[in-house]
Amino acid sequence: MVATSFTPFASLLGGALIGLSAVLLMWATGRIAGISGIAARLFPPYEDREFAGRLAFVAGLIAAPVLVRVVTGSLPAQTIVAGTPLLMIAGLLTGFGVVWGSGCTSGHGVCGLSRLSVRSLVATVTFMATGVATVFVMRHWS
Amino acid sequence: MTILVQFAIGLLFGLGLIVSGMSNPAKVLNFLDLAGIPAGTWDASLAFVMAGAVAVTFVGFRYVLKLAHPFFADRFHLPTRNDIDPKIIIGPAIFGIGWGLVGFCPGPALTALGFGSTAAFVFVVAMCAGMVLARYIAGLPSSARVTTSVDPLET
Repeated sequence: MVATSFTPFASLLGGALIGLSAVLLMWATGRIAGISGIAARLFPPYEDREFAGRLAFVAGLIAAPVLVRVVTGSLPAQTIVAGTPLLMIAGLLTGFGVVWGSGCTSGHGVCGLSRLSVRSLVATVTFMATGVATVFVMRHWS
Repeated sequence: MTILVQFAIGLLFGLGLIVSGMSNPAKVLNFLDLAGIPAGTWDASLAFVMAGAVAVTFVGFRYVLKLAHPFFADRFHLPTRNDIDPKIIIGPAIFGIGWGLVGFCPGPALTALGFGSTAAFVFVVAMCAGMVLARYIAGLPSSARVTTSVDPLET
């Protein structure tokens, strides 16, 4: 494993920016800032006419590190130890699971909990639990 | 105009992910590794990200949802379901396994594309395939679709 340092202030501030983004999206478009819902709806079947807006939001997500690099000249550490087969399996499970469960860390974890949604609470507790169990198996069962 | 605004809001979300450290899967995995608490390697940062995000969203939604309608739309699209069906447990259970394997959830994975990460690209392609597959299966006539009037993807 790669050691990381505990960053309470930066994480609280970054979390607040994420929350501000969710509030602004609700103010602007009236929709939940659920990344999985936004990303999944970039593919057919199309149920509404919001495609361009969703694509713009995702483009903004991807542009963020580019902006950081231009302004500060560097990017924070990003360590991915998984190999290609594991990345593919994890990606498939993540994509399938977030659609099947109607949301991910942002839609359920941030927006849903903020709205005191029981479904989001159940979802968040569940993905936290299987996430913890998976890391335990991967790191400590071999 | 609304497109530019949504780009800016997505940009802000991505900046939040980077500032919070969540664009680094290693921090996420070190949070999920509870065995790291006695070992002294646990990284509690993710809890602080959630706390900051939920606090701002909780207060912000309260103000925004008092408005007659969103700035660029005629109505708010809020999830209305509160039933606990098998999908709301099975789906997140599967997602959590994928999350724990690599440390990526959808937002940070997309933002990682802007880091120029090949690993993130592989993950995102597979994630999109999983999304399309799940939507296809959910749309099959045999699948019990209780959400006739409600969008199945709503949170």
